Amino acid sequence: MNITFALFLIVVVITLGITAWAARRTRTTLQFWAAGRSITGWQNGLAIAGDYMSAASFLGIAGLIAFNGYDGFMYSVGWLVAYLTVLFLIAEPMRNTGKYTMADVLSYRLSPVPVRSAAAISTVAVSASYMMAQMIGAGSLIKVLLPDLDKNLKPYFSWAVFGTQLDPSITLVGALMMIYVIAGGMVATTWVQIVKAVLLMAGAILLSFLVLTYFNFNILAFFDKIYSVKDAATKLPFTSPGILYPYGKTTVWGVDKALVENVSLGMALILGTAGLPHILMRFFTVTNAKAARTSVAWAMGLIGSFYIMTTFLGFGAAALIGKANICAKVTEGFKCAPGLKPNTNLSMPRLADFLGTHFFGTAGGEFLLAFITAVAFATILAVVAGLTLAAASAFSHDFYVNVVRTHLFHGHVSEREQVNVARITAALVGLLSIWLAAKTGATANVAALVAGVAFVIAASANLPAILFTLFWKRFNTWGAVASLVGGTVVTIWLVAVGPGWTLPAVAHPAFPLQNVGIVAIPVGFALAIIGTFIGDLAKADRLAEVKFHEIDVRAQTGVGAESSPVTV
Amino acid sequence: MEIGRSLPKEPAPPPEVAAEGDQVHWEGLEETPEFKELVRARWRFVAPATVFFLAYYFALPLSNGLFPSVMRTEVIGHINLAYLFALSQFIVAWLLAFFYIRQATRVFDPLAEKVRQRAGRGR
Repeated sequence: MNITFALFLIVVVITLGITAWAARRTRTTLQFWAAGRSITGWQNGLAIAGDYMSAASFLGIAGLIAFNGYDGFMYSVGWLVAYLTVLFLIAEPMRNTGKYTMADVLSYRLSPVPVRSAAAISTVAVSASYMMAQMIGAGSLIKVLLPDLDKNLKPYFSWAVFGTQLDPSITLVGALMMIYVIAGGMVATTWVQIVKAVLLMAGAILLSFLVLTYFNFNILAFFDKIYSVKDAATKLPFTSPGILYPYGKTTVWGVDKALVENVSLGMALILGTAGLPHILMRFFTVTNAKAARTSVAWAMGLIGSFYIMTTFLGFGAAALIGKANICAKVTEGFKCAPGLKPNTNLSMPRLADFLGTHFFGTAGGEFLLAFITAVAFATILAVVAGLTLAAASAFSHDFYVNVVRTHLFHGHVSEREQVNVARITAALVGLLSIWLAAKTGATANVAALVAGVAFVIAASANLPAILFTLFWKRFNTWGAVASLVGGTVVTIWLVAVGPGWTLPAVAHPAFPLQNVGIVAIPVGFALAIIGTFIGDLAKADRLAEVKFHEIDVRAQTGVGAESSPVTV
Repeated sequence: MEIGRSLPKEPAPPPEVAAEGDQVHWEGLEETPEFKELVRARWRFVAPATVFFLAYYFALPLSNGLFPSVMRTEVIGHINLAYLFALSQFIVAWLLAFFYIRQATRVFDPLAEKVRQRAGRGR
């Protein structure tokens, strides 16, 4: 066991070292948030891939495929195609008009105080729900590395916070990650994202290669084996759609419920990416619109290749181990240790353990398990860093500096004060996500969670506000606030009254679907339009239409865009 | 307003751009033939490409749900139509991204450069 933990620690210490080194170079706000606008296209592409491929991709999708077969692969498809929305509509205009955050773009033409406040709400909601899933992923990994940790720490975690008992592994690893992030800045995270994206690709290629070697590079034999894995409830082979959401069972609004769930999921996957604050922030770190475009191309190449490999990783785990035996601790012969529940987030680490042992013996298994766990942990750390910065900057830069200090309590805000507020926000968002993670439980699938909450808020609250700000002349502050706040509230409410992801599922939820996008996303867009018309009637925001001409020209051409490098 | 703060601090920002609240200027640029052509060229590509990728993407969950037996048809060994359709989404996404970037480099960038030059000269 303890080779595993030692190797794991070595990787963690290396990443911490990079952060410490970078933290010393983080002096100004521009460096803290936008890495001095000095990142090139391919570097940014790697960093986008690093920021994007979180625990949800590395642990979650493999788990969904290992437990549900083909339906899990739909997440892979949607999360790549999503980048076309980003490339066609968002990346270049954002780079041409933005400064640090999404709200900078919105407040070009809209009234800054309400828009920045509303954007801070939606950004913190997306980041906290996204981070909750990362905490679950990290906690699950610690449960593999140190199976007795939970039991040993139990006496210290006997108290409940707001009715939820904290999970020792999740709390410990979550707190460590927050300390790491708060010490560093965006310069640190850009380089950590790049290092991590390379590690992640290496891990995925290695495991895919071993899976293929196991089947003597015979793809047909591999698929024969997947076909032989049958789902207990539906009797379908794992190659077939309809296991995660069985077709022809129940209907919603007169349509097959499984079909509605899948379309709803698809909407969240392909529209959510373009509204993720931590991904949008990435476009402010590059030199110009052309570099923003190049970086999306690089990201799409890497992300797509990784998602195609989830075929081998997910189906490989299903075929070689089987979902009943994917748990935190296994006995000889790779059977689940008695008394443990399967954990879908552990398919990748278990696959690594199995393949390592098969090809290189017990030590090989331990080594490969340590490597994949460390890569997964670096993945999570890097994503948590990106998310924390998005949330912290929304609160500190958008709300504190531009609303509280500029408009309510006039005064000069020093860089130091701004960075300190960012750090305090980061700590609070971290605590919130640790609590949410404990409430959801460590066995909930992290990919389903991210797609089910964070991506829906991003698509229903942020995307309408961004798209209409850039492309709709009549759009105004009322519309933006309506979608930013309304989209966030509607999504959280529908998820809260729906069946959710915590097992066992609620028997008769007030809202029938797990994936709420099919309702929440149109509602977000409708609120933006209705809000705009009400604002029009109230004649509240005449400036927005006048200023459209400016953002129109800026977004399309980059006239007056901040160039590189600047010092603020 | 926020404009003042987001301006370039580089040497030689065109004074027309730097002037705060100069709305006539932006509207003027918007009316130039170069800008109009840029917007037209961009939408001529982006609108159909967006409609196409959305249609192609949602065709996957819709056909999985509406024609399950067709999608379970095995094409090679146990590799079925549903999996091949899913795999084709990756190829289509990469191709569309490639065509967009080619179009942007050949057509949009030179037009945007013309508008930027005009902005630099003043109207």
